[in-house]
Amino acid sequence: MRRQVILFGLLSLGLGTAMAAATQLHFDHVPVKDHGRQSPVAGRPDATAAGELLYRYHCAQCHQADARGDGEKKPSLRTERVRSATDGDLEWFLRQGDLRHGMPSWSSLPQAQRWEIIAYLRSLR
Amino acid sequence: MHEFPLFALFRRACCAAFIAGGLAVCASAQEKPYFVTYSHDLEEPGNLEIETKTALARPDGGNHFGALATELEYGARAWWTTELYLDGQTTAQDSTIATGFRLENRFRPLMREHAVNPVLYMEYENISGADKTLLEVVGHDGQADLAGPNWDARSEHQHEGELKLILSSNVHDWNISENFIAEKNLGHAPWEFGYAVGAARPLRAAFSARECTFCAEKLSAGIEAYGGLGDTWDLSLHDTSQTIAPLVEWDLPRGMRVSFSPGFGLTGGSLDRVYRVGVAYELSQPANWFRSAKGGAR
Repeated sequence: MRRQVILFGLLSLGLGTAMAAATQLHFDHVPVKDHGRQSPVAGRPDATAAGELLYRYHCAQCHQADARGDGEKKPSLRTERVRSATDGDLEWFLRQGDLRHGMPSWSSLPQAQRWEIIAYLRSLR
Repeated sequence: MHEFPLFALFRRACCAAFIAGGLAVCASAQEKPYFVTYSHDLEEPGNLEIETKTALARPDGGNHFGALATELEYGARAWWTTELYLDGQTTAQDSTIATGFRLENRFRPLMREHAVNPVLYMEYENISGADKTLLEVVGHDGQADLAGPNWDARSEHQHEGELKLILSSNVHDWNISENFIAEKNLGHAPWEFGYAVGAARPLRAAFSARECTFCAEKLSAGIEAYGGLGDTWDLSLHDTSQTIAPLVEWDLPRGMRVSFSPGFGLTGGSLDRVYRVGVAYELSQPANWFRSAKGGAR
């Protein structure tokens, strides 16, 4: 039975690792229909304020309270790349995450909350 | 007056979570209110969630019991969550015992979000027959298994492997999840099968611009159903246990979360009612505490 336990453990680790390595995601690969989407709450102060709260709850632990990242693996969100991305790009990226590189998928948040986070990111200078 | 041992057990677990809360920076995760069903949400990488799941019930011909599963869930990677469960139970007019542990891992094999998102779940259980946490129901599990005295039930040791295929979708702020379960006692017995399905959503999708505690976006509600599907010798619903359970969850400040679910048995072999209470606390990036201690962190 001990052999079965060891085999089960190895199967768990090996299969998961192999399958996770089988696909990859790039920020640049946003579908056209998502790229062109516009935030329904763009420019609304209440959405920006709600997004700031959501940022504090969900994002600040990695990207830091000032959104400048940790200087290592957790990137700054005050970059030209983020500023130049469309609302649709950012919503798509939040929804997809980048699991390979440590960014979780935020599809668990309602879409309205993802737009509010984007409203807050737009307010950063 | 003697305190019912379950409440003492539950109180200690809550105290542990509050103490941890005082020590730690907290995070708030958008978890689903399910007790049995898994969605494709994994723990955020580097975060540690401590959760207690309590099940209270009374089987026909048995005494009231309360079972407590204490769960330590760690986000090893964005696509991999690993968990340790420590189980115990107390039965009225009987005893309070530890019933074992479980190690589980969940992997997301696909890196992108799809209409249906698969997660592979693998678990090793080292528990006794007295375990009553009801974290899954498989095969012909039923209330008769929960009615025996602890001295007898704990003599049965169960080394089990369990596989789940978790399928989960987020559709218009709803989460809909389906789990297919296959469990095998590593020493003997056939494969046993079960399922769990659930649907849940927050009461309000948009977040408020001001901090609030008791507001609709902090509350989630849903429903789940779970039960056995027989085993390789008898793959049917005959003599199985089936339960349906409404769910409600409240996200509290500072990363706390409480959830409650009354479950109702649908077949003769099911518990008539089972009440579940969950208390969770999420610790944000605990590994950073040690880096800070070494002067290596920002």
